[in-house]
Amino acid sequence: MVQVSLWKSLQEAAGGKTELEVEANNVKQLLDRIAELYPDLKPAIDKGVSVSIDGELHRKAGFQQIPEGAEVVIFPRMAGG
Amino acid sequence: MPLDEKGNLSERIFDVIGTRPLRPDGLDKVTGKAKFGADAYASGMLTGLVLRSPHAHARIKSIDTSKAEALPGVKAIVTSADFEDRDDDLRDVLVNCMARDKALYDGHAVAAVAAVSPSVAKKALKLIEVDYEELPHVTDVEKAMQADAPILHDNLEHEGKPSNIAGTCEFGHGDVEKGFAEADTVIERDFRTEATHQGYIEPHACLASVGPDGQGELWCCTQGHFMVRNTCAALLGMEFSKLRVTASEIGGGFGGKTTVFLEPVALALSRKANHPVKMVMSRDEVFRASGPTASSAIRVKIGVTKDGRITAGEAELKYQGGAFPGSPVDMGAMAAFACYDLENVKAFGYDVVTNRPKQAAYRAPGAPMSAFAVESVIEELAEAIGMDPIDLRLKNAAKEGTRSSYGPTYDRVGLVETLEAAKAHPHYSAPLGPNQGRGVACGFWFNFGGETSVSLNVNKDGTVALSVGTPDIGGSRASMCQMAAEELGIGYDQVRAIVADTSSLGFNDVTEGSRVTFSSGLATIEAARKAIDTLCARAAIMWDIPREAVIWEKGHARPSGHNAGDFEPLSLKEIAEASAETGGPIAGHHEINAAGAGPSFATHIVDAEVDPETGACKVTRYTVVQDAGKAIHPSYVEGQYQGGAVQGIGWALNEEYIYGEDGRLQNSGFLDYRIPVASDLPMIDTVIVEVPNPGHPYGVRGVGETSIVPPMAAIANAVSAAAGVRMTGLPMSPPRLLNAIDGASKKAAE
Repeated sequence: MVQVSLWKSLQEAAGGKTELEVEANNVKQLLDRIAELYPDLKPAIDKGVSVSIDGELHRKAGFQQIPEGAEVVIFPRMAGG
Repeated sequence: MPLDEKGNLSERIFDVIGTRPLRPDGLDKVTGKAKFGADAYASGMLTGLVLRSPHAHARIKSIDTSKAEALPGVKAIVTSADFEDRDDDLRDVLVNCMARDKALYDGHAVAAVAAVSPSVAKKALKLIEVDYEELPHVTDVEKAMQADAPILHDNLEHEGKPSNIAGTCEFGHGDVEKGFAEADTVIERDFRTEATHQGYIEPHACLASVGPDGQGELWCCTQGHFMVRNTCAALLGMEFSKLRVTASEIGGGFGGKTTVFLEPVALALSRKANHPVKMVMSRDEVFRASGPTASSAIRVKIGVTKDGRITAGEAELKYQGGAFPGSPVDMGAMAAFACYDLENVKAFGYDVVTNRPKQAAYRAPGAPMSAFAVESVIEELAEAIGMDPIDLRLKNAAKEGTRSSYGPTYDRVGLVETLEAAKAHPHYSAPLGPNQGRGVACGFWFNFGGETSVSLNVNKDGTVALSVGTPDIGGSRASMCQMAAEELGIGYDQVRAIVADTSSLGFNDVTEGSRVTFSSGLATIEAARKAIDTLCARAAIMWDIPREAVIWEKGHARPSGHNAGDFEPLSLKEIAEASAETGGPIAGHHEINAAGAGPSFATHIVDAEVDPETGACKVTRYTVVQDAGKAIHPSYVEGQYQGGAVQGIGWALNEEYIYGEDGRLQNSGFLDYRIPVASDLPMIDTVIVEVPNPGHPYGVRGVGETSIVPPMAAIANAVSAAAGVRMTGLPMSPPRLLNAIDGASKKAAE
């Protein structure tokens, strides 16, 4: 199981939950599962998200493995200058 | 790729890393030989020019190009009809490059022409007849949010009603109301910042050539030629392999060249004309139609106990990002309180569209504005509770293990070290003169990794050719050469790096997000290590011993271990010379989607002097302290620090997009849009702090963006101290400053 923190904008669409617990081995599985469980989150996920795994920022990493017990945070897709 | 496990990095002795060799592109640049975007030439090339909307907001009822097409010398004209409409995430890019049913801002492209000369092209533009229906416009972020504001897009809604609010975002944790209740002092302020342009010296320029076989080439100044290829190919319906894009030298980008403006138009014109087409923006076009940063209105509220513990921080941010959704308000909100270890924090952002050009990234997009607001209130709180402003920041500074305001827990970061170095710097305790004030501010940027591909070829004379796919904006070719040389154990002069075209390497993300020294450097190190593996294998063949019995030390293969035998070391050159006889060319390459770019923090100290009679202001002393993780080429790190400070001085004191009542930009040139020149600037001192990033073999952190985050706040704090009045709006130009001083004087007299 992966425990994932949502950025605050998404929490309402997840029934007020700040964290979700889903079965996933990688980022894609995680996002697919979240969208399945909470369809209201799908538009935000489809728009593009960045994922932090144990503090490491991933912008495009669907198949990035999520270690057991990792800190996972999702937030909007990011860009720099 | 983790920090090298070769003992404590601070004890590691580097041969090339940390030295300051001359940059490989330096001579060409100072002698004028370097080829920038506008220097591209092709036989038979045409001049491409763009017709732009004179209206801030107008429906395009019709475009008649017949008279222009009949003009001798005109070879092609394109409008939106020449680009297939789409409904994916590139639609806004397409519509920004060429307006469809509406012109959404002054300067929006509505048609383009290719002709045999600039004069013919200019005449043709005048012959294109566009029938506009003018519409009400809005350019101010707060006015655009009002219920009765002119609506830009029919498909945008907020809370079930048509709106210019394209989206909202919220970040944070804890309970801010509880936090404010625990505070002894709470300060709440409203701030405004104006849109500024990156101010790169080189205008956008490209040369496009598409043949009747559908194959195309494009030469352009860009921060990401792979992005240009993929975007243009998609917009024009081409296969990626049929479009080869070469990045020219680049005269500044700062984020503004991370998208396309002219490139798809030039390709479409070339395809239609069957000639190469060159397009170069004028400065007026750069200001009116490329991408400045967002303007903003921000409210910040912070509470603190009398002993200096911040109990809560809250921000409401409204950013307008021009005529399309996508202002950097989300990153501004995430970065707003990222410097602090807060139990209760909330940042709420509004992404707003207005009749202005589509914003583009500008160094740490979104963060400088929110840092201006937050760091101004932090400084005021320090004064209110009688605490040294650096001590207040130190007491609340984010560190390893802190849960950041945007979610993740920090690994090892260097904010505390920059604050301590700033406090110990002689600047911080130097006496101030009359009408002078001192300000401090901190800043943060996430730093990114991303897709990266590097190829390293060992030449037969022992030199090395390194191909990278990230355009070199800040001296990255020199840094890549240093990292390759360090790994291979050869001299810096023996490595030459080029920025290879899109047909020569795998995909590379754009040069942005302070990612290149980290990501391309990481790939370079790994490519060099792979080449070393091959070099060792070839030496083993030459000595006829097992591969495992060969090690690489200081540029030589050496036999090692009980089964090695006794041989003289072989240099890289000797192995390379024999490569034909040992298996052919020797190379290393590496492809990665890099993660692990550690965030960078900075602390800036600024002294400013204000003339209370005129409102004129001058920055008299400036010190940048920033964590680089590990400085590969310290001169270029210092250059990034100084460059951020200089752009920040312009943003803080003078630069702004000024729109008239008609919604047209009033100052689209460097005479009226005043960027700082050398005589405006003090010597900018720099201190490189090195807290290694655990995600890079040498500990590198990106440095290009953090340096633009603290300046506006640090300068505002200095100016406010000097003027005796809190400045909450940027730019702090003389009229604004004088008004504030006069207003404060009148208030004091009442």
